[in-house]
Amino acid sequence: MLTNLTIAAARDGLRARKFSAVELVDAHVAAVAALNPTLNAFITVTGDAARSDAKAADAALARGDAGELAGIPLAIKDLFCTNGVRTTAGSRILENFVPPYESTVTANLKAAGAVFLGKANLDEFAMGSSNMTSAFGPVVNPWQRAGDPAALLVPGGSSGGSAAAVAARMAMGATGTDTGGSIRQPASFCGVAGIKPTYGRCSRFGVVAFASSLDQPGSFARTVRDNAILLGAMAGFDANDSTSFNLPVANYEAACNRGVKGLRIGVPREYRADGMPAEIEALWQKGLDWLRAAGADIVDVSLPHTKYGLATYYIVAPAEASSNLSRYDGVRFGRRVAGDDLIELYERTRAEGFGEEVKRRILIGTYVLSAGYYDAYYLRAQKVRALILKDFTDVFADVDALLTPTAPSAAFAQGEKMNDPVAMYLNDIFTVPASIAGVPGMSVPAGLDRQGLPLGLQIIGKPFDEETVFAVSQVIEDAAGFSHMPAIRAGAAA
Amino acid sequence: MSYIIEGNTGPWEVVVGLEVHAQVISKSKLFSGASTVFGAEPNTQVSFVDAGFPGMLPVLNQECVAQAVRTGLGLNAQINLVSRFDRKNYFYADLPAGYQISQFAHPIVGTGVVNIELADGTTKDIGVTRLHLEQDAGKSLHDQHASQSFIDLNRAGVALMEIVSEPDIRTPEEAGAYLRKLRTLLRYLGTCDGNMDEGSMRADVNVSVRKAGEDFRTRCEIKNVNSIRFVMQAVEVEARRQVELYENGGTVKQETRLYDPARGETRSMRSKEDAHDYRYFPDPDLLPLILTQDFVDTLKAGLPELPDAKRARFVREYGLPPYDALQLVAEQAIADFYEALARGRDAKLAANWMLGDFFAALNRTSSTIETSPVSAGALGGLIDLISDGTINGRIAKDVFEAMVETGQQAAAIVAAKGLRQVTDTGAIDAAVDAVLAANPDKLAEYKAGKDKLFGFFVGQVMKAMAGKGNPALVNTAIKARIGEAAE
Amino acid sequence: MSLDAETVLRIAKLSRISLPQADVPRMQTELNAILGWIEQLAEVNVDGIEPLTGGAAIALRLRPDVVTDGGYPARILANAPARDGLFFTVPKVVE
Ligand SMILES: [Mg+2]
Ligand SMILES: [Zn+2]
Repeated sequence: MLTNLTIAAARDGLRARKFSAVELVDAHVAAVAALNPTLNAFITVTGDAARSDAKAADAALARGDAGELAGIPLAIKDLFCTNGVRTTAGSRILENFVPPYESTVTANLKAAGAVFLGKANLDEFAMGSSNMTSAFGPVVNPWQRAGDPAALLVPGGSSGGSAAAVAARMAMGATGTDTGGSIRQPASFCGVAGIKPTYGRCSRFGVVAFASSLDQPGSFARTVRDNAILLGAMAGFDANDSTSFNLPVANYEAACNRGVKGLRIGVPREYRADGMPAEIEALWQKGLDWLRAAGADIVDVSLPHTKYGLATYYIVAPAEASSNLSRYDGVRFGRRVAGDDLIELYERTRAEGFGEEVKRRILIGTYVLSAGYYDAYYLRAQKVRALILKDFTDVFADVDALLTPTAPSAAFAQGEKMNDPVAMYLNDIFTVPASIAGVPGMSVPAGLDRQGLPLGLQIIGKPFDEETVFAVSQVIEDAAGFSHMPAIRAGAAA
Repeated sequence: MSYIIEGNTGPWEVVVGLEVHAQVISKSKLFSGASTVFGAEPNTQVSFVDAGFPGMLPVLNQECVAQAVRTGLGLNAQINLVSRFDRKNYFYADLPAGYQISQFAHPIVGTGVVNIELADGTTKDIGVTRLHLEQDAGKSLHDQHASQSFIDLNRAGVALMEIVSEPDIRTPEEAGAYLRKLRTLLRYLGTCDGNMDEGSMRADVNVSVRKAGEDFRTRCEIKNVNSIRFVMQAVEVEARRQVELYENGGTVKQETRLYDPARGETRSMRSKEDAHDYRYFPDPDLLPLILTQDFVDTLKAGLPELPDAKRARFVREYGLPPYDALQLVAEQAIADFYEALARGRDAKLAANWMLGDFFAALNRTSSTIETSPVSAGALGGLIDLISDGTINGRIAKDVFEAMVETGQQAAAIVAAKGLRQVTDTGAIDAAVDAVLAANPDKLAEYKAGKDKLFGFFVGQVMKAMAGKGNPALVNTAIKARIGEAAE
Repeated sequence: MSLDAETVLRIAKLSRISLPQADVPRMQTELNAILGWIEQLAEVNVDGIEPLTGGAAIALRLRPDVVTDGGYPARILANAPARDGLFFTVPKVVE
């Protein structure tokens, strides 16, 4: 069945003329049509454009000048601006915004021949860990608790639609963005693999900003290798992004075959958060055993400031967001709510245009930057951030990569943790430190919890050493042999 | 000279600091590739970056950095090899992103100094606190529609240098002199055209008053004053307003005000009321700006000769009085004209002609040094005719006027009108004899000792010779005839 | 530092988000919960630590001074909620 193929297999099948790009894309367009009403993984579906792009891909394949991703159907997180295609950031304030420009990452994917199925649902402005804050409704996790199909689970967030679409076989891969865990946590919740590369590896140009010093585009796919293929096409230097790093893109796919023999893998003791579920602890141990068995040395390391990561994140990210979101004022684009004077227009537009979580973070961010509080909050957070970076720099002098759980729990049900922001924030406790340090992190599905829900392990690497991250992740994937599928998926009797 | 406001409670001193926003001369904007040309159709010179569209990112323009460094060097200021861009957050219709990218904590240029000269010849150093780079805002037009303001973002994102002075200014005259000197400097450096009516140079005027010996009192900031004259007026009226407030038992509240030249008053700016908490923080889209000493030195080596140095050289090389030299370096073009004129000629004579008849003619014909009806070469030709005795100074003035009117060369005019001066002593003696013969009584008085009549005889002789007599020869000839009597 | 209702309103004003009096208590509770929780940073010793600004550890790249952008008013104005000719429009601002 075409929708079960990996990107690597589809790439070969297309070149071997086993099937056409149109057939491949049609199968996925049909899957989107069938499942989106249930999962709400897409905010905007672009089936017609996908079909014509698929025809173009077949032509290129016939000519023999097809790109790496020719005909591969992808979901694009609705935070990437796409020329002529509505881009909402999951917010009412951008409900009808149609960018007259293309983000660098999506432009790179198009140049490689990729086909876009539509714009994937997300937490509003990427602020959330459940996809519950989207103005376009929550995304349903295609996985279900054993014997409890009634309980609708969240896909995680903020890239919930991307993760769900890939898990449910609506798309072969997807783009995401990760600011504090927005790729890795939903990947873990949906049983797929996802990578946040080093800050500066993928261009932020044309990606709606949440927290500029943390935002980093990345990928989702069902295998480590497929992520390597996607990231290879997405990444690269961009002169339009002053924080983009001018470094050639390595051959990530080749790196997947390196193995881990002789690598030193660190186990940060501070990640043994009290109250970590035993099954997550056990899975973590299993992962370490797999790596040891494959020839890696496992070493205990310390990241002493780990426990301050989340608090630091929840000062820095809202502060930057409060400024980044000032441009949504109802003057040049987006929703406007009329007012008697300009100030009233601003206040109504933003009050009605933004959801509760976004408003909360704008207010927190405004407060921590405001006169008299800057030093106590923002400046102090930037100093702690320096300490957290130093933690990583120090351990990476000794080890090649780190292995940790991706999230403290499996997917939870819609409505849980809703009335307690802090409890929701705790989802990111294991993913935030790598974001703060700007180092690459990948989540790989490694097993199921007692309720039959997927759990992921996180591989953290050195800055711009995505290759080692892929190598380690591949070993975990092979050892875990994760072949489970979600209840809701293309071709499954719904 | 001291400037004091006499109040009922006694004298008040005025304290002024200026924040000058100078538009950087560059082809493209500070953080985008959009054009900076003035006067284009609304929103035609706007990129998605300038308009603050989602996902757009700033990329710094190298030339704007170089221009700021050149200006810093021109102000003898400290150049900071490490500086940073911060966001200044506030909502305004013509501020697309909701923040202005500026340099708050770490400006590119540190302390410097501007030396000004006042009418009475005294000089004074005005301290410069800092110079930083920042984005200009767009333009709001409030007079196009009854209920709407129109927004044009062409100017949004154009690079500005904000040059902040110390509160060293004490009089309207000093404020004017500081701005004129700064404008001259910027024009010499080619970093800003100093064109205040196009808004490429605007001043925020910080004014407070105090009793002698007091610390500074609360200041008011008068925003965006766009002419030197208005700045001087604004200082005057705002200072008086504050004195009256204090003397009627009131207090001055720190606020942003606006100068209304028509009414000759300042008034509070409603639109800026609560823009007080700017929440500055380092712009996470940009990294620290790091310059090499090399980069700075290269720019330094490329600087033109600046007004103060040029003036000193004019005094030294051409032996000009400092005040004349000051006028001749006011603009690069004037200085260049003068040097072309003075080279190989009597430099003082050249200066006198430029500062006298030449500038007068420019005013009269309302032309500039660039559009002058008389070129440096042509004026030089006239001066040469004076120096080689072809014409005398009196005739030269008539020749010059003819040059201004006809654009002809001096020599041609002299030839055509037969204005060469007469050096033939025979002709001169004849004229002298005729004059003496015609005025026996005056001659008698002169011989009786009324020797100031000598000038009368010179005048009469010159008149008789239609002004063309060589003055020196005429004097000797008269002396020769009646000189004895004078002893 | 916990927020009183007046501060919450001041921040909302600064953020240009209208906040009905009725919503203030709830927002105040939520914000204080978050602030109370991030208070823990106070216990970290940050003496002599240089703040880390930005996510990338490189110097700023400069762009040559060339006109490469702009000149597309139609695209700039295409999403405008209100416009008049080539201008964006807003309710009249009184200086
Ligand atoms: Mg100012
Ligand atoms: Zn300024």
